[in-house]
Amino acid sequence: MTQETTPVTDTAEPLVSIKDLEIGFQTGNGFVQAVKGVSFDIFPGETVAIVGESGSGKSTTATGIIDLLPSNGRITGGQVVFGGKDLTKASKQEIVRIRGREIGYVPQDPMSNLNPVWSVGFQVREAVLANNMAKNKKDADKRAIEVLQEAGLADAERRMKQFPHQFSGGMRQRVLIGIGLAADPKLLIADEPTSALDVTVQRVILDHLESLTREKNTALLLITHDLGLAAERASKVIVMYQGKIVEAGPSLDLLQNPQHPYTKRLIAAAPSLASQRLKSSKVSAVEAPQGDEIDLAAASAHRHEVVEQADHAGTPAIEVKDLTKVFSIRRGSFRSEPFTAVDKVNFQVPRGTTMALVGESGSGKSTVAKMVLGLETATEGEILIGGKDATALNREEMLAHRRRMQPVFQDPYGSLDPMRSIGSIIQEPLDVHKIGDRKERENRVNEVIDEVALPRTVLSRYPNELSGGQRQRIAIARALALKPDVVILDEAVSALDVLVQAQILQLLADLQEELGLTYLFITHDLAVVRVVADDVAVMERGKIVEHGKVEEIFSNAQTEYTQKLLDAIPGANIPLGA
Amino acid sequence: MLMYVVRRLLQAVPVVIGTTFLIYFMVFAMPGDPILAMFGDKTPNQATYDALAAQYHLDQPFLVQYGLYMKDLFSGNLGTTFSGQSVGEVLARTFPVTLKLAAMAIALEFSLAVVLGLFAGLRKGKLFDNVTLVIGLVMLSVPIFVLGFLAQYFVAIKWGWASPTVGSDTSISNMWLPAVVLALSLFTTSMRLMRGTVIDTRSRDFVRTAYAKGLPGRRVIPVHVLRNSLIPVVTNSAANFGVLMVGATVTEGIFNVPGVGNTLYQAIIRGEGPTVVSFVTVMVLAYVVINILVDLLYAVLDPRIRYA
Repeated sequence: MTQETTPVTDTAEPLVSIKDLEIGFQTGNGFVQAVKGVSFDIFPGETVAIVGESGSGKSTTATGIIDLLPSNGRITGGQVVFGGKDLTKASKQEIVRIRGREIGYVPQDPMSNLNPVWSVGFQVREAVLANNMAKNKKDADKRAIEVLQEAGLADAERRMKQFPHQFSGGMRQRVLIGIGLAADPKLLIADEPTSALDVTVQRVILDHLESLTREKNTALLLITHDLGLAAERASKVIVMYQGKIVEAGPSLDLLQNPQHPYTKRLIAAAPSLASQRLKSSKVSAVEAPQGDEIDLAAASAHRHEVVEQADHAGTPAIEVKDLTKVFSIRRGSFRSEPFTAVDKVNFQVPRGTTMALVGESGSGKSTVAKMVLGLETATEGEILIGGKDATALNREEMLAHRRRMQPVFQDPYGSLDPMRSIGSIIQEPLDVHKIGDRKERENRVNEVIDEVALPRTVLSRYPNELSGGQRQRIAIARALALKPDVVILDEAVSALDVLVQAQILQLLADLQEELGLTYLFITHDLAVVRVVADDVAVMERGKIVEHGKVEEIFSNAQTEYTQKLLDAIPGANIPLGA
Repeated sequence: MLMYVVRRLLQAVPVVIGTTFLIYFMVFAMPGDPILAMFGDKTPNQATYDALAAQYHLDQPFLVQYGLYMKDLFSGNLGTTFSGQSVGEVLARTFPVTLKLAAMAIALEFSLAVVLGLFAGLRKGKLFDNVTLVIGLVMLSVPIFVLGFLAQYFVAIKWGWASPTVGSDTSISNMWLPAVVLALSLFTTSMRLMRGTVIDTRSRDFVRTAYAKGLPGRRVIPVHVLRNSLIPVVTNSAANFGVLMVGATVTEGIFNVPGVGNTLYQAIIRGEGPTVVSFVTVMVLAYVVINILVDLLYAVLDPRIRYA
């Protein structure tokens, strides 16, 4: 799997040659240089990956190649030589001719990249016709079906007339890959083609992309923030940081023998490459080589003992017995049928430990989280929080119950009210629960902002002024404001970059150590589970199919499903140099 | 789909009953005696007065009057106006005129909004955008009777391009001026909505994908930007159509258009309860039906919407 793309010999002409490319954006604060002199070559049939955190300029470089920059973006210098021509100086018509036909593009988010008002068939046909791949509409239809089937949509013919919202995320990404490859381009630019998808779907999509590009000898420029994924899929990896290439080379070399400190940090932060449970940095500081760098792999040794000491005998923080949720879903205009989203789920989370609930989308893990939070009523079963039944509470009891249990959600952009200052966001739970007087509430807000390691100056700012990682810290601070016993983390780090993710995971571990928190960690990413959780329960179609200690599950998965999830972790099998 | 329409129509029943009751009550509570008003300066003798009062149920208590009226209404008898015409006939004569005027005005309003809004959005912050904004704001803020009288004075009387009043000839060529006035008074909100949506749609990911496919701008703009931007604008314009069906009273008055607004206004002045209520009932129904049509149109424009 690792190194199958064959790099063409150096004597061949490069397909694309990027020389000193500079790209900038006109923003409210003046002109910002996003790409500062980037140079690299892509040879025919070769797979090249650009890796970096968000804001590193990797996507800007990719979109800059075919002039798809946002309207405020501009190429300020350098060359993109393709087929002997400099694309930065090409006319509009020339660019239109090259797009799709010579250089295909697969965008990041399958949810927003298809026009919701046109059928899937229409949108694929458009790509076929735009590039003269068919003479008339009938031929175009035939070719569109062919393209979709190649991209892995077996029943393409039947689904041509359907609209994007009738497709799942993975299916849409296949459509987009189909569109990108519709005209057999020589180069395909794939900008984080799978970061919005489940790991198992990601694997299938990437496998497919790999075999398609190999078959047709298409060169692939893969943009990703996941170093493990890059190393697994590409023959050459380029690491970008703050608009510059800091390191580039054959992927295995780069991973096993990184030269630049940033590359080392990326490797250390990638949960897919790390191996053990993260513990509080305060414990690990003794052994950790450098103070401020977060090394997921290093900072996870003695957690084991801590858990052993945890109060297993006492009442578990969360106990769920035979929890069941049945939804009635609509089928046609009149009929509805019951759908069991959660089916007799049982688990216990001992105080001060972390349990991860893992599964693909649709497995029912988030529904469990919602029921535990009391945001959704259980159809059957019991939820005991600290030994108290949470399913039959009146309003007052529910309020008291919620005080002890707080959620952190996935999307740090959507979960904070943009119209309120950070201070008032964090203070709101204190107001709702009428905790203390004004002065005490302000003190508490200051306390939690210190706990999540943000400067107090952010309190007067607004969510849109903060980065994704900072926002997620705010969401955690809000959750902590009430001093809860239990924090439910619903995909709380899934939307974050690896480096930021590592910081947040470290923060969560520190807070757990300090405050004795119990975490219920909902995620689809097993790589993250390995570094944060003590116990893990794997869910499939509403049922827990496997349950146990993290080390046991990882070293000896009992079900095929768990094994499939484990195999899907990108880069898991790459041997790392120290 | 059918179930949805039936359900929406059923929802209209309490709306119609509620509005007719309120209107009937307000007309009932209006000061003055409608029968005396019919005779102007003269005073009718008691026998005539009583006969008329009995004919219009004016001798009954309010609730009985309302009940009798609703009974008539649902048996298809809309009653007679005080001048002896059947209300049904008056409606049949005036309603098509208003419908035609409203349709003309909305067609114009929609075209203006879409075309100007599209180009303003594509040229955001440029001269065209600013000029249309200023003109739009002027049209929005000038009261409609000022706009109406100005148009009547300059376009019709001074320059002689249109007839100053419509009267009985309700052909398109004779009614275009009031339609233009109505369109101008309404297009600004739709235009600004269009502009905003165009700007928003243009930066959407699927537009970038369309360019990435190799489509030229002359295809991306109409197929992916314009098409998607139409959804809210159609809704807004259709809502405006509903408003026009009910309320072109001032404009109809200025240009003497023999439509429902004009007739209703006069019926209110004369305190003709049955006429007013009949008109309002039909207007409410028209408004409800138009809104259902708008919602159905919405589903045509946006495939994600499903009615069940």
